[in-house]
Formats: sequence, C-alpha cells, structure tokens
Amino acid sequence: MINTYDILETIRMIQDECLDIRTITMGISLLDCIDSDIDKACDKVYKKITEKAKNLVKVGEEIEKEYGIPIINKRISVTPIAIVSAACKCSPVPFAKAMDKAAKDVGVNLIGGYSALVQKGFSAGDIELIKSIPEALTCTERVCSSVNVGSTKTGINLDACKMMGGIIKECAEKTVDSACFGAAKLVVFCNAVEDNPFMAGAFHGVGEPDCMINVGVSGPGVVRAALKKYPDADISKIADVIKKISYKITRVGQLVGVTASERLGVPFGIVDLSLAPTPAVGDSVAHILEEIGLERCGTHGTTATLALLNDAVKKGGVMACSRIGGLSGAFIPVSEDAGMINAAKSGTLTIEKLEAMTAVCSVGLDMIVVPGDTEADTLAAIIADEAAIGMVNSKTTAVRVVPAIGKQVGEELDWGGLFGCGPVMPLKKESPSKFINRGGQIPAPLHSLKN
Amino acid sequence: MRAIVTVLGKDAVGILAKVSTKCADYNANVLEVTLSVLQGMFAMTMLIDISKLNEDFAKLADSLDELGDSMGLKIHAMHEDIFNCMHHI
Repeated sequence: MINTYDILETIRMIQDECLDIRTITMGISLLDCIDSDIDKACDKVYKKITEKAKNLVKVGEEIEKEYGIPIINKRISVTPIAIVSAACKCSPVPFAKAMDKAAKDVGVNLIGGYSALVQKGFSAGDIELIKSIPEALTCTERVCSSVNVGSTKTGINLDACKMMGGIIKECAEKTVDSACFGAAKLVVFCNAVEDNPFMAGAFHGVGEPDCMINVGVSGPGVVRAALKKYPDADISKIADVIKKISYKITRVGQLVGVTASERLGVPFGIVDLSLAPTPAVGDSVAHILEEIGLERCGTHGTTATLALLNDAVKKGGVMACSRIGGLSGAFIPVSEDAGMINAAKSGTLTIEKLEAMTAVCSVGLDMIVVPGDTEADTLAAIIADEAAIGMVNSKTTAVRVVPAIGKQVGEELDWGGLFGCGPVMPLKKESPSKFINRGGQIPAPLHSLKN
Repeated sequence: MRAIVTVLGKDAVGILAKVSTKCADYNANVLEVTLSVLQGMFAMTMLIDISKLNEDFAKLADSLDELGDSMGLKIHAMHEDIFNCMHHI
C-alpha cells in the first residue's frame, strides 16, 4: 500500500494548505458558427457551447468528489469573437449575450473569448468588437474579454494601446455601481497564448482543435508550507524544495485533466504550471516571497525571489505532465493575494515594482486598482510599457487595471470572493499623451545583439 | 479501482468496526489496514476495493465524512490514483 506519510501529506496539502485545481477550462472553437446573419450565428454559438459543455460542471464535480481535491472553477473559452463576428458587419454584442446565456445554462462562472487579436493592425470586425467591449461587459455577467495588442514578432500596435486605454476607462465608468467590475473582466495582452485556461484572458486560439480541456493548477500555500520547514537553507536548496513540491502539485493537475478529458470525450490539451493565489489566508504568492526572506513583498529582492520561484515552479512542473502551456508561472494579481494587498496598502509594493516583477513571472500588471481620474492616455501608456516588456523578453505580459471611478489613493475597491479587494495605487501625474497620440506600430525588436 | 480511507482523531471504542461496517454497507471490500494509536490519537489508513460498489463512490465518501463528524473524527475517502500520481514517478 502507499506509504502512510505520503497519504497524510496529500491530505494535509488539500485540507490545510489550500491545494486545489484552480480551473478546468473547456476550449471550444466557434469557427463553424460563422454566419453573415448575426441571429443565426448567435444561435449556432449558443447551441455549440451548450452541447459541448453540457457535462463539464457535472464531470468536474464528480472528479472533485472522487479524488477529494477541490476544483474551484469550471470555465469555457471560445474562438476570439472578432473572428466569428467579422462577417456580420455589425455590433457583436449579441454574441456576448449568447455566450452569457450559454455559460449560465451549463453552469460555468466565467466564459472567455470576447476577444480581438490586433497586434499588427485591425481587420474586419476588430474595431467593432473593441468598441463594443464596455457594453458587452456591462450587459452580461459572465463574459470576459481580452485584446492582444502586441507580440515579439510583430511589435506593438500603438493605436490599439490608445483605444484600450479609453475602453478600460469606459468599462469602469459603466460599471461604477458594481465597484467598476467591468474593467476586471478585461485583459490587454502582448504575446497572448492560445490555450490559456485562466480568466479573464482565456480564449480558444484558431490553431487549437475543435474542443479541448485545459487545466490550471494552484497551490501557493503548499509551496509556502514546504519552505517553512527550511528556515536556514541556502537559496539553491530553496529552489530544489519548490521544484519538488511543484512536481506534486502539477501531477494532480495532469491526473484531473486526463480524467476530465476521458469522461467528457474531449482531447486533453495542457496543464498550466501556475501558482495562482486567492485572497484566502494561506493562499498567497507574496507570502512565499516573504517566507524566502523578504520582510514584505515589494521591497528590494522581490524581483530576484520571484524569478527563482517562477523558474523552479516550471522546472518542477515540466516533468509532471505530458504537455505544458497556457501562461505557466506564478501569478501576481494584487487584489487576489492577501500578501500583495497588505504590501500595496503599506506602500512597499508599488506599480513600478510590479512592472519589474512582470518581467520575470507570469503574467503582467494584474488586478491593480488605479485612481478613478486617471487619463485614458496614461492607461494606454501603462499598456504600452507592459507590452514592451513582453515584446522584448519574448513572454506573455498583460494589463488588467481597474480605474476606481470617484476614488483616490487611500481608498479601495472590494469585490469579495476570488477577486478580493485592492487599494487604489498611485500613478505618475505627468502626461504621456504626445507619445500615445503619435499612433502607428512600435517595430518588432531585434533578436541578436542581445543586451 | 481502489480507494484510500484515512481516519484521524481521538481514539474511541469501535472506530474500526464502524468504518468497516460502513464500507460493507456499500459493498466495498477492505484490502489492507494500517493502524496506530499514539498518545490517544487514532490514525488509520485503509485500502478498499471500490469496483463493486452498490452506490456511487461519492455517496460512500459523503457517508464516511458524516460518520466522521458524528464521532469527532476526520475521515477522508479518496481514489488511490491521486496518491499514486503525486508520490510515484
């Protein structure tokens, strides 16, 4: 029989250290739903999603019971709607409504893919979709949206950055009654990945099969608990401990993914080797960095410890699963991480430090609350900065900031649940408007002469 | 298919009897048991065969969980694959 110590370790990881599967996400292609008649297209979209995902929640719950591991979210991602809606030549908001209805009917809490890929320019349907994002996120409950504005191969579409600055602000303004939540369902990417299982940025890329299952694992609490046993170990040993625990966490993701794919009759895609925090006590990435030896996350040394953590998580996870994908790395969403919230409130964690951290981890400036009177051009410049880090370093970066309309530094936005609460973080006051309004394309970077 | 049942908590009369009776009620065959009582703390792991259950495994797991609650113990029933995958390469 299996060693009793191992059995108890697994149970402790789940019961006391918040080990869970963060999400099982079903990716569904909507390419076969394209129709120039928008009503027909939306009807096909609703039917395809509800048909493919009808058992997703049921199977997720079965697996949860059988293996005794919580599966926090069951979600759906679809083909970027800008591609599906292009032939309709009108506002694609009805697609968002069809997605929302389908998500409600199959019982998933979020559905991603109200998206456009405009890294090199706008094609038919892209501008209509981007302009409709505020309305789509206001009139639906579960739809998430993302826009890819740059990539290492194409450079950065500065016109798209400018547009997205305005769109983020509009999303926040339209949802001021629900703590500006609209902006929390919108991500702006550079180097967006096609198989990301995590919201709000999940969409089902055009290179993916018709339908597949991707899994995102979690477990910051488990990593921290493992490190606690080595208070005086040198940093190489710390990396080793993280690798070993990450292997175990990822194995569970692989098991759940394979089992779900068998039961749903859908191919298994990837495991996202992630450390995704929640606001719950003991489920924080910031606390891991503090366990390694920082008095508070955000101080000097944060970038180095995060780089080590991120790399060790990947190294441990790689051997544990058959295919890796998604965003794979430690997430640093400020409002969703108890340690980050405290660090931001104390002023140790600033947006400049967060930007540096995004250069060495997955993904980007995530769930950061900024003053409500922030200019759209300033938001656009934040997007451009973050996209530049992704473009030059050949990695995915993203921006999910929430302007807290009517609020200033010192106040906070509280969404509760997994989204947590975030203090309003100060930004620079000087204007980047002239740069942003130049428009055009930032050229792709050179890939030799590296320095 | 096999599952692992773990029972942790304060020692009392009849824990093994009640847990195995519950397994029998669901037609789960007990294959192996390891048990220790250390300073009044009871710790037991049981390997059970769940291939011929007369109900869903989820119901057995819930029922054992309730039994644990009624006796002041923590009882978990989990498919053995989760332990195998995590601890064996």
